Amino acid sequence: METTITNLKWQLACHVEDIPADGGACVLLGGEQIAIFHFSHPDQWFATQNRCPHKQQMALSRGMIGSTGEACEPKVACPFHKKTFSLVTGECLSGDDYQIQTYPVKVKGDKVYVGISA
Amino acid sequence: MSYAAKPIVVVVGNGMVGNRFCTKLKASNQFRIVLFGEEPRPAYDRVHLSEYFNGKSAADLSLPMTGWFEDEEIVLHLGDPIREIDREQKLVHSSKGIIQPYDILVFATGSSAFVPDIPGVEKEGVFVYRTIDDLERIKKYAPRALSGAVMGGGLLGLEAAKALLDLGIPQTHVIEFATRLMPRQIDSAGSHMLESSLKRLGLQLHLNKSTLAIEGKDRIEALQFADETRLPVDMLVISAGIRPRDELARLAGLQVGTRGGILVNEHLQTSDKNIYAIGECALLHGMIYGLVAPGYEMADVVVNNLTGGNKSFPGFDMSTKLKLIGQDVASFGDPFAAEPDCRTIVFEDRHKGVYKRINISQDGKYLLGGVLIGDAAAYNILLQTVNNRIVLPPDPEDLILGSRGGASEGAGVMSLPDEALICSCESVSKQTICQAVTEKDATSIDTMKKCTRAGTGCGGCIPLVKDLITATLKANGQYVRNVLCEHFEHSRQELFDLVKLHNVRTYAEALKKWGKGYGCEVCKPALASILASCWNETIVKQATIQDSNDRYLANIQKGGSYSVVPRIPGGEITPDKLIVLGKVAKKYNLYTKITGGQRIDLFGAHVGDLPDIWEELIEAGFESGHAYGKALRTVKSCVGSTWCRFGLHDSVSFAIEIEERYRGIRAPHKLKGGVSGCIRECAEAQGKDFGIIATEKGWNLYVCGNGGSKPQHAQLLAVDIDKDTCIKYLDRFLMFYIRTADPLSRTATWLNKMEGGMSYLKNVVVNDSLGMGEQWEQEMQLLVDSYACEWKEVVNDPELRKRFVHFVNAPRKKDPELAFDPLRNQVKAQEW
Repeated sequence: METTITNLKWQLACHVEDIPADGGACVLLGGEQIAIFHFSHPDQWFATQNRCPHKQQMALSRGMIGSTGEACEPKVACPFHKKTFSLVTGECLSGDDYQIQTYPVKVKGDKVYVGISA
Repeated sequence: MSYAAKPIVVVVGNGMVGNRFCTKLKASNQFRIVLFGEEPRPAYDRVHLSEYFNGKSAADLSLPMTGWFEDEEIVLHLGDPIREIDREQKLVHSSKGIIQPYDILVFATGSSAFVPDIPGVEKEGVFVYRTIDDLERIKKYAPRALSGAVMGGGLLGLEAAKALLDLGIPQTHVIEFATRLMPRQIDSAGSHMLESSLKRLGLQLHLNKSTLAIEGKDRIEALQFADETRLPVDMLVISAGIRPRDELARLAGLQVGTRGGILVNEHLQTSDKNIYAIGECALLHGMIYGLVAPGYEMADVVVNNLTGGNKSFPGFDMSTKLKLIGQDVASFGDPFAAEPDCRTIVFEDRHKGVYKRINISQDGKYLLGGVLIGDAAAYNILLQTVNNRIVLPPDPEDLILGSRGGASEGAGVMSLPDEALICSCESVSKQTICQAVTEKDATSIDTMKKCTRAGTGCGGCIPLVKDLITATLKANGQYVRNVLCEHFEHSRQELFDLVKLHNVRTYAEALKKWGKGYGCEVCKPALASILASCWNETIVKQATIQDSNDRYLANIQKGGSYSVVPRIPGGEITPDKLIVLGKVAKKYNLYTKITGGQRIDLFGAHVGDLPDIWEELIEAGFESGHAYGKALRTVKSCVGSTWCRFGLHDSVSFAIEIEERYRGIRAPHKLKGGVSGCIRECAEAQGKDFGIIATEKGWNLYVCGNGGSKPQHAQLLAVDIDKDTCIKYLDRFLMFYIRTADPLSRTATWLNKMEGGMSYLKNVVVNDSLGMGEQWEQEMQLLVDSYACEWKEVVNDPELRKRFVHFVNAPRKKDPELAFDPLRNQVKAQEW
């Protein structure tokens, strides 16, 4: 699959200190709720939709993050029923056919930007 | 192939089978699919329909439409049934006037409830049990009914009876024409056992009853039977069987069976080669397959044929296992085979309501079928034994009684042949599962679901899949260890000792020393609990390793709001404090309810309001109730000797003392306690993790009980002890539990797994057989002395308060999706 990234717009989401280390928080960007996650070792950032597709709850940002498999695929577990999702592909890792939207993240200085296709 | 060039498949019927067919066919990407459904809503799970009455919503039951709306979408016409089919022009006409050409037409029209021709069926208060709309009508009518009857004691009829019980109808009757319940699945002895269990649950059963008329003016008032008896009822649910929906096929001139059903060949083709029929509307081998699994198989067969294959429908095993009103009921193979064609082995335990029957071949070599009532744990393996013609052991009674000699169990699953079908919903064989373990390292249910889809349907095969995973690992010579998760190769107990020994204070340190990867939602809260039990530093210091509720120090509820539970030790509260709770609840529009643990729960708080709410509560002298934590919840008490004329000692004061002693201490799971002032046991202390009951001479201490889904009574640990001894034993007991239990196991489960059981525990705690008593008492004292209210810490720290926002870039804004509905002058969370 090829993604066109020509129309990507980087939007200022929040500051680095707003997102707890090894956790997530939610930002409001142009009416969309987006969950941003920060892994501290090694330093990695991810962003996804905040809505868990299982019960349509705005909760993924409050979930616990971690990894799965030898390749350490980063994931988040929804606090409601512990459905887990890959933070890279958005795929549901607990066997259900759900898919969440992921967004690229860029950190410049103390500012966190999320790439949203226009 | 361009979109326009693709052949068009029109599907009539949007039930479970139609839904399955569309999903599978869409994946082939070779067709344009147009679906017409009669019901106005997306397809839903009819198998679990009765859960609609246990609080599941229509949305919960709806089936996924995975991939339907990608690329060239499936065109969906809901609430628009097909009216007519023009087979010559290959067109369908919908009720709303759509004219849709087709190349292939698939009937998945399912069935409707069969309503017998009895005078009075049109009366108000008479229902069928088939669709969500039917259920909604029943639900609406039920509040005015004091008594209700279900006509039909089959599988669906008993489901319907369960629904009436769930709706709170005081008198629920089941009327069955045959002389036994579930006549198609179980034998009379099995029915007798089921009858007595159901009667105990409050169902009134009337067998061998033929209904002549439904009496009443406009509304049903009574049923009149052929034996001249009469039963007054306020409502009736008819569940007397199904009738295939073949009316449209008839109209189109397709061949149908004399008793209904669209005739198909083994490719599921009707008398018109461009038209197929699948599911409960299809008649094959002279029978209607009234279960979902064969319907799914039919859908797969048609998809295979349309995409160039030549699969045929082999007939289907109609074995079933289900839980009916809490009772296991299973029937497999040929349940009715009788002597002299076979020999039967029967086990009956009227005390526990268990009946098991297996039919074995005359030569004793093969299992032919059987019935299980009350305990169907052996169902999967028995079904496999029938289907794979596995040669029976010399003592086939072991199959239902379990091995009672020295012989080891567990050879069971591995003796299955490779092609044995383990998951029939997704057609996954034993070989596929074992290969996934060996080659793809699928050693957990989650990874197995992902690798093979086994267990993703009804879930009934999951225990068997687990056994296969463990057995395969063992067969491969892999040591099956009790490890926390993929990130830590240690058990919780081992990690506890390591943390203590190496003076590890943070999760990051532990992960670096003994783990790999970035951790997960299993090991993070487990380590968080261990760290809290070892050092008792407040959990807000490492917020992101806490389970979500511990991170926000509140319990997340439907919709994403939180509940607030202040501690009310022993259930004692002053009028002034009650007023404060009322004022706070009013100010923040919180739903209030008394909990089972004698506290007051305030629901519906926005995450951003939590610190303000707690600031007001703390100001009034409240503290956190730790309802969000795996920690001590409450110590319930009866009023005791201060007021009660029977009370022997002051149970309230003791409960408060104990609750304040152990408040905030983190454990592998939640902890509940109780103190009763006399043997009448009004505090229900024997249903708690620890329970204390006053005696003439002191206190009796009980441990390891719990309520919940698997209730277990607490067992007596010590008799007639004084308060200090009681606290000493409790300290030891709790520390022993905290150090050695697996994550998320309550004290009862921990004890059940303990070798030596209660007598071992007594030895350790009372006789100090491990010599750990003193150390544990000191460790506990350390935890008691270092207690601090987490909410107080947050309220007083502006940096910590900042974490409690929904949007970090708009801290004042609340989640706009969070909404409430009115309920009895309060609010409730909106349905999801």
